[in-house]
Amino acid sequence: MKNRQSSGLGRRSVLAAGLAAGGGLGLPLFFPGLAEAASYPPLGNFPAGVAGDSAFIGITPPLTGAYSADGKDHALGYQLAIAQINAGGAIPAAWGLKGKGVLGKTLRYKIADSELKPNVAVQAQTQFIEQDHAIMITGCVSSATAIALEELAQRMKVLNMVGCSGSNDTTSKDCQRYGFRSQPSAHMAATALGPVVAKALGSNRKVAYLVPDYTYGFSVFDSFSNATKKYGWTTTSKQVVPVGAADYSSALINIANSGADIFCNIAFGNDAVASCKQADQFGVLKKMKLVVPNISAFQAQELGAKIMSGVYGTFDFWWTLEDRYPLAKTFVETFDAANKYRPSWGAHIAYMQTYVWAVAVERAGTFYPVEVIKTLEASKADPFDSTLGKVWYRAEDHQMVRPVPVVQGKMPADMKTKDDYFNILEMVPGEQVINPLTDLMGCKLGTYT
Amino acid sequence: MPGLPLLLAQAFNGLALGSLLALSASGLTITLGTLGVLNFAHGALFMLGAYAVFVVLGHTDSLLLAVVLGGGFMILVGLVFERVVIRLYYDRPAEDQILVTFGLGILIVEGVRFIFGGLSQRVPLPSWGQGIVSLGFMIYPKYRLEVIGIVAIALFALYVVLYRTRIGLVVRAGIEDTMMVNMLGINVRRTFMLVFAMGVLAAGFAGMVYAPLVSVDPDMGGPFLAESFVVVVIGGLGSFPGAVAGGLIAGEIISLTSAFNPDYSYVMLYAVMALLLVVQPRGLFGPEGRA
Repeated sequence: MKNRQSSGLGRRSVLAAGLAAGGGLGLPLFFPGLAEAASYPPLGNFPAGVAGDSAFIGITPPLTGAYSADGKDHALGYQLAIAQINAGGAIPAAWGLKGKGVLGKTLRYKIADSELKPNVAVQAQTQFIEQDHAIMITGCVSSATAIALEELAQRMKVLNMVGCSGSNDTTSKDCQRYGFRSQPSAHMAATALGPVVAKALGSNRKVAYLVPDYTYGFSVFDSFSNATKKYGWTTTSKQVVPVGAADYSSALINIANSGADIFCNIAFGNDAVASCKQADQFGVLKKMKLVVPNISAFQAQELGAKIMSGVYGTFDFWWTLEDRYPLAKTFVETFDAANKYRPSWGAHIAYMQTYVWAVAVERAGTFYPVEVIKTLEASKADPFDSTLGKVWYRAEDHQMVRPVPVVQGKMPADMKTKDDYFNILEMVPGEQVINPLTDLMGCKLGTYT
Repeated sequence: MPGLPLLLAQAFNGLALGSLLALSASGLTITLGTLGVLNFAHGALFMLGAYAVFVVLGHTDSLLLAVVLGGGFMILVGLVFERVVIRLYYDRPAEDQILVTFGLGILIVEGVRFIFGGLSQRVPLPSWGQGIVSLGFMIYPKYRLEVIGIVAIALFALYVVLYRTRIGLVVRAGIEDTMMVNMLGINVRRTFMLVFAMGVLAAGFAGMVYAPLVSVDPDMGGPFLAESFVVVVIGGLGSFPGAVAGGLIAGEIISLTSAFNPDYSYVMLYAVMALLLVVQPRGLFGPEGRA
């Protein structure tokens, strides 16, 4: 167990002077933090980034572009967690944090709009790392951005608590030692959803897919088609469409003519809304059952309960989980009080990742990234209390092992409140659905230093 | 290889898709062809039209009324933009025009995002546009069929005003020699203002008609700006008939390619544009000297 890190260069200087005056005998015994700080070599922004009384977090959600609503929600999740951690008190204590801030340091942050572009996110985070000495970077609503930031984190040796990212690649072929992802991978979501939809909709079904043209879309398609293969589900149509497309009529005509029984819509954000709306107008939703492997945060609100009722899918988090987990209840209540709406899963990922990182730093007793990474990697033995119960990161690929909520859209008449869109059918344990260690899908974590 | 029924269905959908692209591109080509202004705020104005309909529909169930009131709003926006900003840029290089209209576009998009947020808004189909129609070889959403007719009427009206009335004549003469037209006692500036407002109205009207079909969000204009430019380039810079032909061609390219592989539909659109620029640099109907 490491001791707490020294809290400031100024104080260290004073102590060093005292040490010289005192003959250098016995001081580390009384000031263990000093010895601890000295025991780690500089790495990334350590120790410069935490030399003062604060630590900086760089956050890059997309505040413009097709996922801007999710990005704003994501940003609010970070802001809430950071405010709570800095204020200290019962809520951070319930997560396992001590006092105010993290290791006594106030968290500072800046938010930059990634515009949903990986290069813009990398540019902004590079600036945060170089100019603001960020000790942790986070925030994204796209796997393409998530992967780009993971590469940056690995190169700069600054920890990246990945934001919203569903692609398998994030914790498989593009995994990095410095990246940790809490959202279920596409594989986990599909493996959780597969048996539920097969039971509800039957075996030997024909499926037409609408697939956004990037890593997330391909990953979800591969995972869901594989997960349902054993139930006799076959692909009759795979329509790949660009992100941000407004008109899906051509793809929907192909789908309508595909002879499929199931319409599996993988489009995300506003694209999911537009494509579902048009599928309804083309009569596709009358002919086929709609399945959405990863339901976008605001999809039900934007489309309305009429279209979403009966739809099967998965989430990272849904606000009614407040009935199951005490920390989820605190999260939903405090978020609602601050922002006047119940949080979506974008906010949840931000909130949870910030807390888990903070707890890991305090457990490590230092911001030194290698120790924090090793603490996160060792969390199977000592899981984190969270908004989803006990969760931990797998050391081999840095994927969080956590339950996956499988949901179904409620009929409008069954909704108790205006945002009560989904029934949680199952909370599938992460251990049941994560890819086995024998198949890490190409993950080779980089070096620690 | 897709079967004949699917190809027919995609060809028909290409017509519907193309008519919307033609309407969207017509607004762009009006300001370019008559005023010589390249309006990069076109996509944002398209989006503003959709939001205008959304706001009015919050108070009435009539899409028709929403389009009329929204149309009035778009004309007002066009008049103000022309009077306050665009007028200062008629005699400046194209780069300046691009930059200022691009900036205006960003202001509009972020202004809408500030007021309404980033969530997409629901614009319901009008009661007269709900349902599906069987065409024999395919079923097709009724509203999309009606849109073809609405767009055709709108395009015809625009054409008549711009090319068969005195206004269009004055504008074209004013571009050639403003001083001479002024000396003839005609207020060219006022006519320019009116024509710019018509271009804005065309963009906004396309957004209004399209709103019940797509996701109405602050960024919805982006793809339309890009596609409208492709249509204008294919049809010929500043050519109104070119915008119509270019729109229909673009719609067919996107739709028919989708029948084989939707992944390549937009690649094919840009490939055709590039090929056309090599073979016929001024586009299909572009005026001589504008290449």
